[in-house]
Amino acid sequence: MLQSTNVQTLDRVVVRFSGDSGDGMQLAGNIFSNVSAGEGNQISTFPDYPAEIRAPQGSLSGVSGFQVHIGKGVHTPGDEADVLVAMNPAALKTNLQYLKPSGIIICDTDTFRPADLKKALYTTDDPIKELGIDPKRVMGVPMTTLLKNTLADSGMDPKAIMKCKNMLALGIICWLFDRPVESVLRKLQAKFAKKPAIYEANAKVIQAGWDYGHNTHSSMPTYRIETESTRPGTYTDVNGNTATAWGLIMASQKSGRPLFLGSYPITPATDILHELAKRKDLGVKACQMEDEIAGVCSAIGASYAGHLAVTSTSGPGLALKGEGIGLAVMAELPLVVIDVQRGGPSTGLPTKTEQTDLMQALYGRNGESPLCVVAAVSPTDCFTMAFEAARIAIEHMTPVILLTDAFIANGSSAWRIPEADEYPEIKPNFVTPEMLEKGWKPFLRDEESLVRYWAVPGMEGAMHRVGGLEKDVKTSVISTDGRNHEEMVRIRREKIARIADSIPELTVHGNPDAKTLLVGWGGTYGHLYTACEELNAQGRNVAFVQFRYINPMPKGALDLIRKYDNVIVAELNTGMFADYLQMHLPMKEIMRINKVEGQPFMVKEIVEGVIKHIDAKAK
Amino acid sequence: MENEKCIFAPGDFKNEQSVRWCPGCGDHAILNVLHKAMARLGVAPRNTVVVSGIGCSSRLPYYMNTYGMHTIHGRAAAIATGVKTARPDLTVWQISGDGDGLAIGGNHFIHAIRRNIDLNILLFNNKIYGLTKGQYSPTSDRGAVTKSSPYGTTEDPFIPAELCFGARGNFFARSFDVSLDTNLEVLEAAARHKGASVVEIMQNCVIFNNRVHAYMTDKELREDHTIHLRHGEKMLFGKDNTKGLVQDGFGLKAVTIGEDGYTIDDVLVHDAHNPVNFLQQQLAMMDGHDLPLAIGVIRDVEAPTYETEVENQVNEVKARKGFADLRDMIMKTSETWEVK
Repeated sequence: MLQSTNVQTLDRVVVRFSGDSGDGMQLAGNIFSNVSAGEGNQISTFPDYPAEIRAPQGSLSGVSGFQVHIGKGVHTPGDEADVLVAMNPAALKTNLQYLKPSGIIICDTDTFRPADLKKALYTTDDPIKELGIDPKRVMGVPMTTLLKNTLADSGMDPKAIMKCKNMLALGIICWLFDRPVESVLRKLQAKFAKKPAIYEANAKVIQAGWDYGHNTHSSMPTYRIETESTRPGTYTDVNGNTATAWGLIMASQKSGRPLFLGSYPITPATDILHELAKRKDLGVKACQMEDEIAGVCSAIGASYAGHLAVTSTSGPGLALKGEGIGLAVMAELPLVVIDVQRGGPSTGLPTKTEQTDLMQALYGRNGESPLCVVAAVSPTDCFTMAFEAARIAIEHMTPVILLTDAFIANGSSAWRIPEADEYPEIKPNFVTPEMLEKGWKPFLRDEESLVRYWAVPGMEGAMHRVGGLEKDVKTSVISTDGRNHEEMVRIRREKIARIADSIPELTVHGNPDAKTLLVGWGGTYGHLYTACEELNAQGRNVAFVQFRYINPMPKGALDLIRKYDNVIVAELNTGMFADYLQMHLPMKEIMRINKVEGQPFMVKEIVEGVIKHIDAKAK
Repeated sequence: MENEKCIFAPGDFKNEQSVRWCPGCGDHAILNVLHKAMARLGVAPRNTVVVSGIGCSSRLPYYMNTYGMHTIHGRAAAIATGVKTARPDLTVWQISGDGDGLAIGGNHFIHAIRRNIDLNILLFNNKIYGLTKGQYSPTSDRGAVTKSSPYGTTEDPFIPAELCFGARGNFFARSFDVSLDTNLEVLEAAARHKGASVVEIMQNCVIFNNRVHAYMTDKELREDHTIHLRHGEKMLFGKDNTKGLVQDGFGLKAVTIGEDGYTIDDVLVHDAHNPVNFLQQQLAMMDGHDLPLAIGVIRDVEAPTYETEVENQVNEVKARKGFADLRDMIMKTSETWEVK
C-alpha cells in the first residue's frame, strides 16, 4: 500500500488510534471524526478503554484505543482498521489484532527503547520484526523528537510538551487523508478557547505533523474518502449516553413535566448523570443519591410528585433497583429506567459491551410484574428511544426500561439536531375536575388504554394514597381478595400489551422477499445492517429486522417472522432474545448467532454465521 | 402563604378508613396527635404528602386524608427525598419504624439527615419487629429475648439520637406515644424546622414487646426517669421539679436542688439552637437510668436545606446560561456543522 504513488479514492476508511490511557487518543480521534463529518463523511466511533483509570505507563494493560470509521455507507465503527496509530510498543502489540492484514501502521519509533519494550514484554529490540509485521507497511515516525524540536522555543516544560504528542499523530493522519488543517485548527480553537497558549502549541504541532507527512513521504499515496449526501440541517457528533440525556430533556419539554434524575455512578452509564447534572441550565434536577436503590426510589417519589422521573444505571444497578421498579409497576407511576448494559454477571467486564440484561429487564422482579422494555439501536437512536421511553411511561403510567449498551453509549456518530416540532407532544393522562365530580378513584382507568389517571399533589380533591399493596379494582382501597388480585394482575398485563397500539411496526431491510430473515435487537443494528447488505451483495438473499420495542413487540411482528423459512437471531449473549421469540413462536425453528466476548460483533462474523445456517439447512 | 390563612381541623386530615392496628397499640395515639399537629400547622391536606416504608407504623398513610405513599421496606426516606426535591412546595412527612428506618433503611436514614432535606421524619421506636411477629430490631437492648433471639441478643443496639447526631443532624426531638401534649409539641416543632427533623417516638407494642418503655412511662416513675427539655429553660425534673442537671467535668450530673451545696443557679439552661452539638448529644444519650431520658426538642438548628439549594442552583445556572431550550443549548455548547 505504501509503495503506490497515486491519490486513491476510498468509500470508507477505518483509523484506530492507540496509546496509553493518558495519551489523548480519544481527543485526537474525536477531532479527526468531527472534521471528517464536516467534510461530508458519515462517521461512527468507538472507544475501547481499560477498566483501570491510569494503568502503569507503557504497560499492556494500560492501552486504550479509539476507532473511527468515516466515509459513505458507514453504520459501524468498522471490523478492522485500515490505519493503526500506535503511540508506544504496548499499543502496537495489543492493537495489531484489530488491523487489516494490508493495513498501515504509524508508530512513534522514539518509544522503541529497551525500557519501553521490556514493559510491553518484548523479547527482542525490534518490535516490528518480533510481531512479524512487513516493514513496508510501517511508517515509523520519531514523534517524540519532532515534538521536542517543534516546541523547543515554546518555553513549555517537558511534561507539557509531551501532552501534545497526540496532535502530532493527528497532523500526520490529517495529511494522509487530505483533511484541511484549517478545519482541525478551528475545532481545536473552540476546545482551547480559554487557553490560547495551549492552543498555539497544539496548532504548531498539528502543522508539524502535517508537514512531516507531506515532506518526507511525498511519494506515499494520500486518500480521498467518498462523501454521502445527507439530510440538510445542523449536525453535531453525539455519543449514546449524551443522546439519551438529551432525549429525556426533549421529552420533558414536550410533556411539560420537569425532569428529575435520581442516580448513582456506575460504568458505563455515568455519563448520563454527568450530562444531566450539567443541564441544570435547562432546569433539570439531577441528584446523585447514596446508592442505586435511593436512585430509583427518589425517582419514584419525584414521579408521584408530578415529574418526568428517571434513574440511570447498568446491570448490577438494575438488580438493586428491582424492588423499587416493582413498586412503580404496582403504584402505576411513570418511571424511566435506563440500563446501559455491560459485561456480567456480577462486576463482570464493566467497560465492555453485552446484551445480557434482557431477561433481567423483562422478568427481574418478584410477582407478575409486566412493564415496557425498549432498546436503542445506535448512538443517535438513544435520543429517539429515550424520548419514546419517556412518552410511553407518561402516557401509559408505567415504568419503562430502556436498554442501551456500552458500545452505543460510548460510540458516537453524526446527528442532525432536531427542531422542537419534529417530536410529538406528550400528553399526561391527568385527573380532571370533571372526573373528581363524578367520583374519581386512584385506579379508575381509561377504557381503551387501561391507563389510570395521574393526580399530582397540590390538586384539591384528589388526595389519595398509592403503595405496594394490592388494591380493589373498583374502590382502589387495599384488598387481599384473591379474585380481585387476579383481575388486577390481568389488567396490569393487558395495559402493557395495549402500548402496542402506539408504537411503529417493524421495518424490513434488505430483500423482503428473501427466505431468510436476520433478526436483531438494540445496539447490534449497524453490524447486522452492514452484514445484510454484504450478504445481498454476495447474492445471498436476506431480509433483516431490528427490534427496538421488545415488550410489547410491534403489532404484526410475529406474523412477519413466521413468513420466513429461516429465522436467525444474532445477539451478544447466549440466546436471550431468541428464547423470548421462541416462547412466542413455539413451533418455529429459531437459529442463533451468539457472541459474549465483551466486544461488538464483527460484520464478517454475522455474514459467516448466516451463510453457515443457510447452508446447513439446505443440506 | 395561602395555606397560612386557612384554618384546618384535625378531622380534615383524617379519612374514613377503619384503623387496623391492634387494640392498645401506641400508634393510635400518635395518629391522633399527628392529625392535630397538621391542623395546627395550617398546611392544606392537598399540599401534604405522607410517605412510609413497610411495617406496622408504615400503614399510617392509609389513615390520612392527604397525598400519601406506602412504599417498600426501608426506602421511605429515599422516596420522600424525591418528592421533596422535585416539589419543595409540598410538606413531606416520613413515617418509619426502628426496623424500617434503622436496619434495612439505615443508609437512607443517615443520608437524608446528612443532606438536610426538609423532611419530618417520625421514627416509631418499639424496639421490636411487630409486623413479622416479634423479632429483635436494631434498637432492641443487648440480651433481648425475642423469637429470633431465644437466648438473648448478642449485639448492641443503635441509639437513634446518636445516629442522628453522627449524621450531622440539625433537629432531634423525642417523645412517648402516651405523652399527648409533648408529642403535639415536638411534631409541630419538627414540621416548623426547615431541614431534616428526626422525632423519636418511644412507642409501645402491646403484643410483642409490651411495657418496653414502662420504666420511663409508668406514672410513678415518669417524673424521676425523664426530663422534659425546653429551649431557654432550666433543666429541671422530678416531682415538683426538685432535681436538675448540672455540669460535671465534661459530663452531666443529676442533683437535688438544696442538697450537696447545689442551688438553682447551678442547673443548666437548655440551648437547642446552639450549633455546637456537644451538650445536646450528651442530653440525647441519657437513658433514664443514671440520668433521666430527655424528651422534647433537644436540638433545633437552622442550616441550608437540600431542596432549596438545588432549586436555587437550578435557577442561578438557568439565568446565567440563558438557554431558550434544548436545541439552543446544543447549538451554543457543541461543535456543529451545516449540511446543505
